[in-house]
This record gives sequence, structure tokens and C-alpha cells, in this order.
Amino acid sequence: MNPITHKPKSLVDISTHYCPGCGHSVVHRLIGEVIDELGIQNRTVIVAPVGCAVFADKYFDCDSIQGPHGRGPAIATGIKRAKPDSIVFSYQGDGDLASIGMAEIIHAAARGEKITVIFINNAIYGMTGGQMAPTTLVGQPATTCPKGRNPDLQGYPINVSEMLSQLKSPKYIERVSVDSAPNVIKAKKAIKKAFQNQVDNVGFSFVEVLSICPTNWGVEPIKALDFLREKMMPQYPLGVFKDEGKTQEGK
Amino acid sequence: MSEKVLMKGNEALAEGAIRAGCRFFAGYPITPQNEVPEYMSWRQEEVGGAFVQAESEIAAVNMLYGAAATGTRSMTSSSSPGISLKQEGISYLAGADMPCLIANIMRGGPGLGNIAGAQGDYIQATRGGGNGDYRLIVLAPFSVHELANFPKKAFELAEKYRMPAMILADGILGQMMEGMSFDFDPVEPAALKPACWSIGGARAEGKKRNMVYSYALGEGELEKMVLKRADKYALIERDEVIYEERFTEDAEILVVAYGISARASIEAINIARKKGIKVGLLRPITLWPFPTKRIKELSSKVKCILCPEMSLGQMIVDVKLAVDGKVPVYLHARPGAFFPVAEDIAVAIESALTGKKEQLFDLESLADKATLGCHQPENKPSKEGALL
Repeated sequence: MNPITHKPKSLVDISTHYCPGCGHSVVHRLIGEVIDELGIQNRTVIVAPVGCAVFADKYFDCDSIQGPHGRGPAIATGIKRAKPDSIVFSYQGDGDLASIGMAEIIHAAARGEKITVIFINNAIYGMTGGQMAPTTLVGQPATTCPKGRNPDLQGYPINVSEMLSQLKSPKYIERVSVDSAPNVIKAKKAIKKAFQNQVDNVGFSFVEVLSICPTNWGVEPIKALDFLREKMMPQYPLGVFKDEGKTQEGK
Repeated sequence: MSEKVLMKGNEALAEGAIRAGCRFFAGYPITPQNEVPEYMSWRQEEVGGAFVQAESEIAAVNMLYGAAATGTRSMTSSSSPGISLKQEGISYLAGADMPCLIANIMRGGPGLGNIAGAQGDYIQATRGGGNGDYRLIVLAPFSVHELANFPKKAFELAEKYRMPAMILADGILGQMMEGMSFDFDPVEPAALKPACWSIGGARAEGKKRNMVYSYALGEGELEKMVLKRADKYALIERDEVIYEERFTEDAEILVVAYGISARASIEAINIARKKGIKVGLLRPITLWPFPTKRIKELSSKVKCILCPEMSLGQMIVDVKLAVDGKVPVYLHARPGAFFPVAEDIAVAIESALTGKKEQLFDLESLADKATLGCHQPENKPSKEGALL
């Protein structure tokens, strides 16, 4: 019998620690497939964050480094500048990237570092147990805003992709979602482009992935997907914000 | 080897690092170390290395973490408040066993303090500084010549023991110009043995992936990791202590001082010796590992010990631990980022020997002078203005 699918070669054959329904596993698989398809496993380095994806370094069968909360883009900068032929990607959640690591992501983008950043936005702190994130929606409850995010007290969510699009240096910025099969396919295309850009030395590439956290949202996975579609997508519209890859440069 | 030239401390440090094979530098502007990143910005390009002006000290030290992990000889520099910001990354570098070089051109503190040279970061440097149990190899130059030649030593020690090394100098050394030369031929990075642990191509060489991390969550795993590092630290304390002695053969009183304080102390010793006072100097060159054993030996031969420091007394803690109460240990303290004055230290030497208090830091009398309550420090702008 021929298997119609198989585990990507660049993912390690172990179970992950992610909760049932979590989007991280899906995105890991997509990245694994992309690394395989581009044939870059031997020169790829994952920069693992602090947050739920802290052990992502264990799951990818490629060189890895795990760094302080939010500093992934700075670490990736160091690796890429010291070893330009490596393919470096920083994998970060919304607390890591949009809160404590805001300076690092903006400046890596502004410098146009030739790295790939995969940003998982599930609107909450997962690893620490469901605290409010900069991306938490207005009215969405979290353990540090049990009555829901109140704009008077906590302000409004940050739309990172839109914000980074204001910069001149980034070459590719897209927001995707892993809530449905068609969207997962689109997400893979975006991730592939973000890695292909690095292979082609195009420039800073950023993919924001809307994802669910049934555990800390306190809802079942199916309902969590509904929440993503009905509540998150209006705040965080999917789409390409910037694509100035090879065509614009005339390469 | 090179001919003797006139060079500024910070630039000598930067050129010394380049000649030692440093091919990555990330830094952030802060006085009085700005000449280091400024020099690196064009010099790294010249030698095919990388320079990044980071958005913050925190980003700079994390860039260092990434670059060091590729096995490239990598460096960052800063000054006291900036080094405080780097502690997060330094703790990670230590926890992930990454060799690299961090230079601290110390200035006055705490807080914004001022931009003049000081020695207030000794405890921070020698005890780790960030969270967790770890050490840094800390080298303390006392001349532009040593600033230029210590980067090579620092990289070699860092790589030998797979841990970060620090050069702890101060604003006076960084800013002053004097004759210096390089005691070694430039290191060609390609000629260095590649690190077996480096990332960015481990699998390409047909090996398994390499992982760089500082966590250990399994039961008992972290303790094992920290204890393994402790073995290494014990080995370094046994084998890598460096110090310099002057006039200790007949000394009745021993001065223990490092860095620029040792420079002033040498002049003070010349003054005191002319008066017939038998005074010697022990200058720790490695602050960690500290010359504990030698100070212990010397403490049985002298009447007392004096520590001139540009701090409220930080290195003196290590001296007292070495002496273990056998002889009195006195402090001559200039903590406000003032240049240590040889004449004052000479007076302190006499005071220590004769039981006087002049130029010695006297804790008991200080307590009587202390004032508490709501008082506002006088804050007039200085005529010169202040560069921060």
C-alpha cells in the first residue's frame, strides 16, 4: 500500500507537547513540508521562542537555538550576519513578538534582515496560562482581564502585520489562518514563499498565522475555530500586506 | 607582533579583537565606549566580518548569542548601564555555554550616574550578574597595551572552557591614549579549529543537528547541568589565575588593586617607598578566577592590606575572603567616578600602617554622619554640560 501522506523529513518523529486542537502542530508540519520541498534542511536554523513553542527546537530536525523572550529576531540577525548561507527562521507567539519583543521585530524588519519570521497569533499567552496578550481582542476575557479586555484600561489590540507594512525594508508580509483546509493550504503557500525569499536572498519575510488556543480560551476546538473566524478575522483580516519580492527588484 | 604606536584605549580594544579573529560585533551607543562600535563599523567590513548597530543593548547581546552560536569569534561592548541591560543575554550565553567576548568600559553609577570611569561593576562581573548560578572569565587590563592584547586571551579562554569572557575596564582606560603594541600575529579565523557544537550547518557536515539552549526541564536535569559547569569553574579557579606582583618580597603592607586603580597604586607605592615604607602590590589580572591563593599566602607575611577601589568596596570582599581575618584589610574608596590619586593612596598606605583614619573608608564614622528623610540632591547643571 502506498501511503498518501507521510511525516516531513525535517520534523523529528516524536509527539509534541501541544494541547489538542492547538494550531502550532499544524504550522510545524507546514514548515517541515516547506523545508523538505526546498531541500534546505541541512542549512536551516530555527530560533525557538519563549512561550508555548519553546520546545519547537526539539521538533525540527535542523540546527536550533532557543533564546530569551522576544529576542528571536535579534538572535536570528546574529546567526544570519555571521553565517549568511544559513536559512534562519524565528518562530514566535504573540506575547513573545508583539509584547516583550516588539523592539526586536520592528528593528529586524527595518534593517531588512534576510530572515524569515513565522508569527503565531492566538490572541493570548498560552504557556503561562491564558493572560492578556497585546493581540487579545476587545471584550475577550483572559486571566489578567477576567471581565474581558477593556480599551479604557488596556487599549486596543496591535495589528502587527499592518504595522510592519509601514516600513520600507520588509519584502513580504502576509497574514494567513489555519482554521480550515483551504486556509491551511494558503498558509503553506505563504510560508513557502517566506522561505523561498530567503533562499533567493530577497529580504525580510514575515508570515502572521491566526491560530487557536482552545485550552486558554476555555472553549472546545470546534468552537474555537468559530471564534477565530467570527471574532479574530474581522480584527485581523487575512491577506498580503507587502510583496516586493523578485518581481519588483527585477531579479 | 607590531611596532609601538600611540592608540586610544577603546580603539586598541577593538583592533585587538579584530586581530584576535573577531568577525562579528553588535553594539549600541553609550559613553565612554563609543569608539569601540565606531571602530568596528568600518573595520569589520574591511576584514569581511559583520557589524550591527543594534536597537538596544538587549538586542545587541542577543545578536551576539546568535553569532557566537555559529562558532564565529563574536563580541559586544558597552558601559555599566548598558551592561546591566545585557545581563539577560549574558545569563543565556552562560547557560548555553557559548564562548564570546563582552567588554564593559565601566562608568559611574548607580542609575545614569555619570560618564567618567569607575569600578562599580566588579561584583556584577565576577558573580555572573544575570539570573542563575554562573561565572564569567573576567580580565582586567590596566593599560592600553593590555586592552589591545587581552581580547585574544579572552577568546582563547572562552573557547577552551566554552563560556563567555568579559574584559572589565573603565572609562579612563577606554579614553586615554598611550604607546602600545600587539604582542601577537593577527589570527586568521579560517585557521581556527571549527567548533563541534556550532549551528548553521552541522547537518551539512553529515552529523546530527546541533542544539543551543539553556533550559533543562526534566527532573534533576538542570542540577546536573549546573554541577557539570561547577566542575569546569573549579578547574578554571585552579589553572587560569593571572596576577602581577611588584615589591612583595619585603612588603609589610600589601596593596591589592586592579585596572586603573592599580596604575595609581604603583605611583603611590613609589611615593611611599621613597619614605622608607615597605609596601608591595598585588594586581589581579583575572578578577574571576581571583588570585585567592596568592593573597592568602601573602597575608601571612604582611601586617595589613589596603584595597584602593573606585567603588564602595567590591573587590575587597574577595580579598577579605582570601585573608580570612588574619590581618586587617582597609579600603580607600573613590566611588563617585573620580580619578584615583596616587598621593591620596600614599596617605592611605601610611594610615593603614599607623592606625590613622586619613584616606581610609571608615564605616563606623560614616554611620554617625548619615542623614535620613526628605532631602533633594543639589542638581545644578555643570558648566561643561554632560554628554550621556
